[in-house]
Amino acid sequence: MCGIRERGNKVIGKKKWYIKLIIIILLVFGAMFAGFPILWMFLSSFKPNSEIFAWPPTWISKNFTFEAYAAIFQTQEKMRFFVNSYVISGIVVILTLIFGILASYGFSRFNFAGKNFINTIIISVQAVPPITLLIPYLSLIVTIKLYNTYFALILTYMLFTLPYAILMTTGYMNTLPKDLDEAVMIDGGSRFRALWTILVPTAVPGLVSVGMYTFMQAWNEYLFALALTKTNEMRTVPVGISLLMGQHAYEWNQMMAMSVLGSLPVLLLFLFFQRYFIAGMTAGAVKN
Amino acid sequence: MSKLTNIKDDLQLKRTRRLQRFSNRSEPYLYLLPTIAIMVLLLIIPIYMVIHYSFFDNVIINKNPIFIGIDNYVKILADSAFWVAVRNTLFFVAVSVVVHLFLGMIFAMLLNTGYLSNKSKALFRVIYALPWMFTASIIAILWKMMMNPNGIINFLLQVTNISSNQIAWLGDRKFALIAVTIINIWAGYPFYMISILAGLQGVSGDLYEASAIDGANMKQQFFRITIPQLQPILISLIMLDFVWTIQQFALIWMTTGGGPINATETISTYIYKQGFSKYQYSQASATAVILLVVCSIIAIFYVRHQRARE
Repeated sequence: MCGIRERGNKVIGKKKWYIKLIIIILLVFGAMFAGFPILWMFLSSFKPNSEIFAWPPTWISKNFTFEAYAAIFQTQEKMRFFVNSYVISGIVVILTLIFGILASYGFSRFNFAGKNFINTIIISVQAVPPITLLIPYLSLIVTIKLYNTYFALILTYMLFTLPYAILMTTGYMNTLPKDLDEAVMIDGGSRFRALWTILVPTAVPGLVSVGMYTFMQAWNEYLFALALTKTNEMRTVPVGISLLMGQHAYEWNQMMAMSVLGSLPVLLLFLFFQRYFIAGMTAGAVKN
Repeated sequence: MSKLTNIKDDLQLKRTRRLQRFSNRSEPYLYLLPTIAIMVLLLIIPIYMVIHYSFFDNVIINKNPIFIGIDNYVKILADSAFWVAVRNTLFFVAVSVVVHLFLGMIFAMLLNTGYLSNKSKALFRVIYALPWMFTASIIAILWKMMMNPNGIINFLLQVTNISSNQIAWLGDRKFALIAVTIINIWAGYPFYMISILAGLQGVSGDLYEASAIDGANMKQQFFRITIPQLQPILISLIMLDFVWTIQQFALIWMTTGGGPINATETISTYIYKQGFSKYQYSQASATAVILLVVCSIIAIFYVRHQRARE
């Protein structure tokens, strides 16, 4: 099965047809396991709430309705969740990219005392459970009077987005020759200018994937968003969805509609920039 | 006169050189300043704080907490609820990691065969990667709906004659832990699949061809070539997954909240409840430190492993 790879197409005639059949059956079963829940979420978002648990279940409701979506778009409080998520994730992406670019330039172009130590700390962030930091964060955030603000979330998300951005961008910078910066410096420009006018534009493909991964991390975060904000007008989408649970009755169709809307940004990014995304996802575990 | 200017020039030159050397030496730190500031403020200080809290009584609530040594740790280790959480976490993590690895491997190999056209491979790859695109809270809500007694899962089980009971997957103590583990398996395997797929594509085809000439069968190829070639990736994946799964919070919190009773209580829901429902921040800190130590040990192995690969 794994013996045939790119060159495999040549020998396909020799391969037995029933192996192909088994593979296709397995693939379809796997695809159902992976895709069915998402299909179900999508279908449920177009049902009236009373039909969510109909027995036998309805696939496409006879009472097909946009009611759930309308309910979300018409409630300012619920739209606010989306605004909050976009603002917070957007700012986190911008700050992470700026700080990440600066740091990775430092790592890529200089040798200095403590380089290894700082690098180790940055890598080790991946292993620190967010819940361990939650209690000190609560007390810090309350002390500096940022509780229940955007800044509380932006600041705390940076710790988890920055290490990844630095590791990825440093790898990218290392592939760019030092001649590039020196050319600018010979013309009398500073290192700093070389970084922003030459290196950053060259590194755009890598930065796109870093930016997307950062966006995804910030958009999906739940624990800090739950514990460091209090009022509904500060809630983000993941926390907002859970608020639809058990306030009155469960508004399942609205929760599904909000899940669809809440997943769209990441999903669209994934579909359009699949290659960057996969490069980003696998960077942690796979190295070239 | 000219001698004097020479000395002056000389001094001037030395001073600028010294300045240059200083700025050269401090320059990298300027680039790293924002990062170092964030690491100190949001990582080093908080870790110091949480360790500090774990040795005091009534932190955060009380302005002047009292030092009580290891009493918090003693209390936690004597708490049967803590050990239930440990047991549940171990089950949750062990089953998740093993099944993630298994599914990730199978799906990656299916997607890497020569039997399919590149287009259908790309289509299946997108479908298989889908669960990774959804955030934990959305996954939790979705599966909570599907695992409802009247939900689609029970319907499918009935239609296929597997079980006709309307099981409350998340509400029954017998099933809840298995149910959240299944949800976590669904949510996490794509990371393995995509990483393994990238790894498989890096294995040289010559190895397989040479072994085929020597008469190796598929099983031998898998265990003698594929697994050894992927080994470094697999070890990284398992360690990362271990750290991620052990701290999984959103998924469990939003499906069962650790219940029914404590059937799905894991370390992270235990910490959260101690802190944010019981306001026992000191004990929550002590538990958090225990979790941190476990994760740090894994992290040390992970970093060593990564270093060795470089």
